[in-house]
Amino acid sequence: MTATAPAARPTPTVEPILEARRLVKTYGRVVGLDGVSLKLYPGEVLAIIGDNGAGKSTLIKCLTGAEVADEGEIFLEGKPVSFKRPQDARTHGIETVYQNLAVSPALDVASNLYLGREQRLPGPLGSVLRILDTKGMRLRATEELKKLGISTLQDVTVPVENLSGGQRQAVAVARAAAFGSKVVVLDEPTAALGVRESNQVLQLVRDLRDRGLPVILISHNMPHVFDVADRIHIQRLGKCAATITPQSHSMTDAVAIMTGAAKA
Amino acid sequence: MAQPQPEAAPATGQLDLAGEFLDRRTPLSRVRSVLHRYPAISPAIVLVIAIIIFGSINDRFLYPGNLSLILQQVAVVGTLALAQTLVILTAGIDLSVGAAMIFASMIVAQTAANNGLPGVLSLFIGLLAGLAAGALNGFLVTRLRLPPFIVTLGTLNIFVALTLLYSKGATVRGAELPDVITATGLPIAIGDVRITVGVLMMLALYVLLAFILGKTAWGRHVYAVGDDKEAARLAGISVNKVLMSVYLAAGAILAVGAWIQIGRTNAASPNAGVDLNLDSITAVVIGGTSLFGGRGVVWGTLLGAIIVGVFRSGLSLAGLDVLYQTLAVGVLIIVAVSVDQWIRKVRS
Repeated sequence: MTATAPAARPTPTVEPILEARRLVKTYGRVVGLDGVSLKLYPGEVLAIIGDNGAGKSTLIKCLTGAEVADEGEIFLEGKPVSFKRPQDARTHGIETVYQNLAVSPALDVASNLYLGREQRLPGPLGSVLRILDTKGMRLRATEELKKLGISTLQDVTVPVENLSGGQRQAVAVARAAAFGSKVVVLDEPTAALGVRESNQVLQLVRDLRDRGLPVILISHNMPHVFDVADRIHIQRLGKCAATITPQSHSMTDAVAIMTGAAKA
Repeated sequence: MAQPQPEAAPATGQLDLAGEFLDRRTPLSRVRSVLHRYPAISPAIVLVIAIIIFGSINDRFLYPGNLSLILQQVAVVGTLALAQTLVILTAGIDLSVGAAMIFASMIVAQTAANNGLPGVLSLFIGLLAGLAAGALNGFLVTRLRLPPFIVTLGTLNIFVALTLLYSKGATVRGAELPDVITATGLPIAIGDVRITVGVLMMLALYVLLAFILGKTAWGRHVYAVGDDKEAARLAGISVNKVLMSVYLAAGAILAVGAWIQIGRTNAASPNAGVDLNLDSITAVVIGGTSLFGGRGVVWGTLLGAIIVGVFRSGLSLAGLDVLYQTLAVGVLIIVAVSVDQWIRKVRS
């Protein structure tokens, strides 16, 4: 009776993991978000598409604490939450991979995976001398990458600046996947990548969903969106123009709704 | 009826080709990535070559007495350069570090000699002065979001003026000070080499900072902030907290430098060390720490400070005019920054 991928009309028994109600965000006289609502259900990939300036990134920033919405509410598993900083969203289990790739180039892969939540050695070495458990973090980073099926990163002691664009993206996605317990948000994860690397990232997105983690994916790339998304939220002029599925609409329909040539 | 097995060679041949394709690096670029990974190597090579050359020009250069003199001369600059390294690792710069140190040294000397405070208490007040100087810089950089160059250019002048106003331009002689304050100048003999307590304190600070930067989360955050501030923020690091703590740590280190300076010169003079600001930056740069932040190690800075000392001593023992020492240091700086630029190309 319950659908595997919740359609635009969800069954009432499934409760959204993340829900935004009527978010408003203005920058001076520019309206970034004009009352946008959004629901993310367990085990789905929700794509957000829209033209430049439609409010995709603003929406994501408000959902992940990088910006604070002027109005509106956010619910996580039915409970109201308010994110003032990226850390707040993170402590609630929402991990984000930002478009500009928040990795530190000079640090190695393992350090980047654990950046901002480093683990110390057990016992007084860690609690008194505050020594990092570098070895343990490297071991766990290797395990985590293996679990995610990321084979392009063999050596976690390599500085990130020596990696290709796709490998860096894999580091960023792996960090989100390793620590995101409820939601993973990916902002344009394939924008800077070649065909093969894009496919690897898209496969990662499917793997995350199959492990039960819902994913919000922002992308300009229609084939990628229609490839992995279960539902597609279309932003237009700061509002949600429609929420469709790859089955209900074609790519041409989606572009038409995005540009205002058609209504859903 | 057995058919001849098709050979499996083509597949492996293709794989080898692919591997070769990936590892298409020239020996030069391999050298570059090694230097990139271990920033202390290049200053170490420079130091060894310099010692060999100066040692062959004049035998007296390698005498234990001369080597220990170089270390003593390096103690103050080396300590300040350690504070400078911290700030530069965060992609900042501290022009005020020398002026703040002189300010702290005058406070230590005056409170002990003129106000008759016990030596230990004066040193503690000096530490507070160093921390206050660091807090001022840190506040202006993090709260008012001013560039560190401008902030410390301003506080450099403020500290110079405060020092002269407070001390009325008078030097305090070592004889007027409690023994504990001048103790940093006491010699310690290790075999033929005589070093001072101040040199040991400087080395201890390097060990401490190398440990903190290399082994703790705070150290990793310092590098991350200098590397890419926005990436650090998005990774959940409180950038302002890290920056503030870096300037405070620099303040504490320069206060120790003030103590070493009083012992070294056996006096506290408000006009001492006008070049210390720039000398500390010189040591950091020659030591392979990148002015763009995020790359470098404290051991490189120590080597950089010693290189400057070795050049000054070696050139003067070679009988060259003191102006050539300055010229040589100038050339060293430009070469060091050029090498850094070249090494950083590994990124692209």
